[in-house]
Amino acid sequence: MQISIENLSHCYGAIDVLSNVNLTFNPGEIAVIIGPSGCGKSTLLRLMGGLEEPCQGAAYIAGQVPEGSLNPLTYIFQDFALLPWRSVAGNISLVLEDHKLSKRESEAIINDVLTRTNLSEFHDALPRQLSGGMKQRVAIARALAVRPAFLLMDEPLSALDSQTRELLMDDLVELWAREKFSACYVTHNLGEAVRLGHKVIVLSRRPGQVRDVVEIRIPLEERRERSAELEDVQQQLWQMMREEALAADRELADA
Amino acid sequence: MPNQTQPQHPVQRERKKVPFRGGGFKPRPIRFVAPFVFLVLVLFWEFGSQTGFISNLVLPAPSEAFHAFMDLYNSGLLWKHVSTSLYRLVFGWCIGTALGILVGLLIGLFSLARASLLPLTSAFFPIPKIALLPLFIIWFGIGEGSKVATILFGTFFPTVIATYGGVDNVERGLIRMGQSFGMSRFSIVRKIILPGALPAILSGARISASIAIILLVAAEMIGAEYGIGAYVLMAGSLFATDQLIVGVAMLSILGLCVSWLIGRTEKALLNWRG
Repeated sequence: MQISIENLSHCYGAIDVLSNVNLTFNPGEIAVIIGPSGCGKSTLLRLMGGLEEPCQGAAYIAGQVPEGSLNPLTYIFQDFALLPWRSVAGNISLVLEDHKLSKRESEAIINDVLTRTNLSEFHDALPRQLSGGMKQRVAIARALAVRPAFLLMDEPLSALDSQTRELLMDDLVELWAREKFSACYVTHNLGEAVRLGHKVIVLSRRPGQVRDVVEIRIPLEERRERSAELEDVQQQLWQMMREEALAADRELADA
Repeated sequence: MPNQTQPQHPVQRERKKVPFRGGGFKPRPIRFVAPFVFLVLVLFWEFGSQTGFISNLVLPAPSEAFHAFMDLYNSGLLWKHVSTSLYRLVFGWCIGTALGILVGLLIGLFSLARASLLPLTSAFFPIPKIALLPLFIIWFGIGEGSKVATILFGTFFPTVIATYGGVDNVERGLIRMGQSFGMSRFSIVRKIILPGALPAILSGARISASIAIILLVAAEMIGAEYGIGAYVLMAGSLFATDQLIVGVAMLSILGLCVSWLIGRTEKALLNWRG
């Protein structure tokens, strides 16, 4: 399955947020979208998954949706979006309950995703008992439970401290090595971008346009050791973003 | 270089501990204080009455009030009064709360309902329902109907306001999460919005229950044969102050019981808040 964005523009009232974006997202790779704050990268992700309607243009799904996928376009949110009144298992079962599965089937799915994310022992814990990193792992498990064709990740590590972020990045790399999932990953953190992205899409400041697409050919699993090479890419990305970020920073919020 | 190991500023002999200035502003529960205060008050009151320090005309002694209570108990009318009042209270409060939650949800969820019903709610909420009692008597009859209706209307409006406020305060991120996983509208309302609004609904229930008790007495003061309110009214018109105290004490205990019940419900339903 492929997602393509064609001539997409979006505005909130009189403010243009995105203008004429054309992008293609391929299966089995992680595409990272970076850009200065307020450039519309999160909006782009919401438009891709149908949580908002674009003013112009559209996002399309091409090809067959993989069989057994309950929710082809599945989000992982920055603030985890776990229901505080449901346990870990309850939060995962929440997204399965609307899909006419038998009790046994959904229990099997829950146990399976909890095992895959090393969360089995937290089956009955409430979100308030978990650390931020654990909460995001639960959210990842919940996303995997609906067998997504594409993961849409909206700054999934931005609410976490830097050590937890490192740990979760390793988890994501390991997960990708095992499952080869497809993802669109929005972040403002260049370190995450070069560690996780097969390609990095750089957006300009508002109204967001695609400024450049940088492919990184180093395999994800080797990136930890080859950080020197990644440093060059990161510098290259930063040069591109610097001016934009500087200009975006000086804009008045409601101008 | 022996000087380098020595501190530049030698430790001064004369020193003071940094004064502590944090803490406080955090009341914690202390057990048995409440009953103790209550007991001391009643004992002081009894002592004052016995010594004539408090005139019996001004305030009857607690022991006299207790005798009045025993009289009421022995006459067999105690349960009659209490059960009649409880029936009106429970019936009126339950229907009023159920309707209030329903309308509050509508206001919270649908723009049209909000535009039409919210101004109505704001217009009707401040009307003292007691003032409408004569109308209720005409509409619902002098019997149980008008009394239940008074309580029902009294609890309905605060519940509406608490519920729609609670719905408004449910995190939008959680609702968006539900939509992103393709949950149906009904599922989102039932599994995300309602539990999210529950804390607000329960604190609304606390307020509406107190309003219900106040209105209960008011309604029973007009044309009721039995009920705690009728008992208080009768005692008042006979200037039987000991019976008056008994009636008022029963209302107070009723209020305590209701508050305790809601507290238990909160503990049971909101244990996820920790």
